[in-house]
Amino acid sequence: MPAKNVEETQDQFAPYRILDEQGRLIREQEMPDLSDDDLKALMHRMVYTRIWDQRALSLNRQGRLGFYAPVAGQEASMLASEFAMEKDDWLLPSYRDVPQLVWHGLPLYMAFLYSRGHFKGGSFPENLKALMPQIIIAAQCTQATGIALGLKKRGKKNVAFTYFGDGATSQGDFYEALNFAGVFKVPAVFINQNNRFAISVPVEKQTAAQTLAQKAVAAGIHGIQVDGMDPLAVYAAAKDARERAVSGKGPTLIETLTYRYGPHTMAGDDPTRYRTKELTNEWEKKDPLVRFRIFLEGRGLWSAEDEENSVNTAKSDVAAALKEADQIPKQKVTDLLKNMYETPTAPIKEQLKIYEQKEGEAQ
Amino acid sequence: MTQMTMIQAINNAMRIELDQDENVLVFGEDVAKNGGVFRATEGLYDAFGEDRVFDTPLAESGIGGLALGLALQNFRPVMEIQFFGFVFEAMDSIASQMARLRYRSGGVYHAPVTIRSPFGGGVKTPELHSDNLEGLFYECPGLKVVIPSNPYDAKGLLISAIRDNDPVLFLEHMKLYRSFREEVPEQAYTVEIGKAKVVREGTAVTLITYGAMVRATLKAAEQLGKEGIDAEIIDLRTISPLDTETITESVKKTGRAVVIQEAQKQAGIASHIIAEINDRALLYLDAPVGRVTSPDTIFPFAAAEDIWLPNETDIIQKTKETVAF
Repeated sequence: MPAKNVEETQDQFAPYRILDEQGRLIREQEMPDLSDDDLKALMHRMVYTRIWDQRALSLNRQGRLGFYAPVAGQEASMLASEFAMEKDDWLLPSYRDVPQLVWHGLPLYMAFLYSRGHFKGGSFPENLKALMPQIIIAAQCTQATGIALGLKKRGKKNVAFTYFGDGATSQGDFYEALNFAGVFKVPAVFINQNNRFAISVPVEKQTAAQTLAQKAVAAGIHGIQVDGMDPLAVYAAAKDARERAVSGKGPTLIETLTYRYGPHTMAGDDPTRYRTKELTNEWEKKDPLVRFRIFLEGRGLWSAEDEENSVNTAKSDVAAALKEADQIPKQKVTDLLKNMYETPTAPIKEQLKIYEQKEGEAQ
Repeated sequence: MTQMTMIQAINNAMRIELDQDENVLVFGEDVAKNGGVFRATEGLYDAFGEDRVFDTPLAESGIGGLALGLALQNFRPVMEIQFFGFVFEAMDSIASQMARLRYRSGGVYHAPVTIRSPFGGGVKTPELHSDNLEGLFYECPGLKVVIPSNPYDAKGLLISAIRDNDPVLFLEHMKLYRSFREEVPEQAYTVEIGKAKVVREGTAVTLITYGAMVRATLKAAEQLGKEGIDAEIIDLRTISPLDTETITESVKKTGRAVVIQEAQKQAGIASHIIAEINDRALLYLDAPVGRVTSPDTIFPFAAAEDIWLPNETDIIQKTKETVAF
């Protein structure tokens, strides 16, 4: 018998949509169970995050923030999926997924310390179930599988959510994580945010697969592609994946089709070298904020005043967080040495003495 | 006390830890029903069940990520890498992830993971099974690297490794697995990580070594003794952190030293030890610190092991040169 045609596989992964680009419900019966307050809260988070992103870009240019990976365009993909998480679910973000961390409970000033490169930015509060942003692409995926296996062994009704980009799906760790997750049938949700570019490399150069969601087939797990500019579809997919996970049905791979308006990072990337203005314009028309705003306005749930409140809250929170970050004492080598092991080893002890003396002299 | 081989002592250590701490998990490729390719985990699956002792898919990086994730749920993973030559597949998960978890979280998280892995020459394995790669991990801040040379130390050090709240790489020399038996207490005991042991006292020269080279060095010392050279031998037992105190004390006493390792000259830790001696005891030295190593080639084809691996004769010769300098 001849091998199955690849088209037959990819046809099972057509993008799932609930809200169209004009903010109309196209799958009314699949409208997720969100209260009016929930809907408003989600919009607030998206507007707030858009403003924070704009502020972060300018603060980075002023040298008041360090490493920063822009998020504008990905608000639905990031925040509507995080909205489906419970407080005690674990979040394993990539370097771009700082907004999910903040909405999961990371104080904003700590996100800024992380950006600047201060260890206090990774000293998460005890009740925050999350890891620091992962720089090694797809390492968070295997770790999410491990955490999910741990949750399962502990008998907890919680889930590990992890995020990564389209480029990450080419990594070995991505496949290993999905595969282990399938074998151990763990409560994990793998969220692949396909923004079409890994720095300058378009997704077509990552793989000949027509969808990234179909990569779930290789692990024998559930996979779904969603319109990542549609907050309701993203939320519904994440919520469904979470429910499957806690009811023992195993992991899910979610591919969100999304776009980043800005550069890859603020470290000198120039997207005009590899992306056309037309492409960006085309995606800006799909903006998640625009369509969700129209949808909410149609239901009488969002007004210019609400929008202004969210914008102002974001601005004042960013200013306050920046001030708080500025007040954190500078790092000392002795701090770094002390954070290496539970009990300092002999070489660490020796070096602690040397640096304690240096730091004493510097005062 | 029971007579145990090193592999039995290792098995015994895991059994004790699985029994006394329900957070200990043992996993890797073929470690469960099969009991491990060297029988290191034999009987553990039957005794503790699949929840505690389980097989994984064949992917070292995935195993490393799994261990870190489990550690974050307060488990105490004891993961196995079937042969240490395969560690490159897991290099990120060990060196970039587990080793820095405590540091990058400012001490909020930690990874109490033990990574067990067999290595070492002399048993004619196929390619990439026997390579001495400990030097790579000496150079990774955040890790501890332990290499026992006998059953007693293996058990005590493995129990310490499992109880350590930071990641420990525990390397088991394949040639030592069943080559001899030794009295090993049946109950739990620990051997401190980071502490070397003077396994033979002497006055003329300090021979610093670890792993399978400890036995070869002891034999060489017997011969040297007959020829009037009284060698002191240090078994490092832990190569990271190095016990520079024991090394320095001995070198100050003897005034001469030779470092012996199975790894190639450009690998292993001999050069680091020599640098430490130069830093700490240069003015006590009557001769440059010698070293016995393998040549700087890829690990040999099986049939060439005998001409490649350092042996007693190499140790005797280099020691005589150092004494006669």
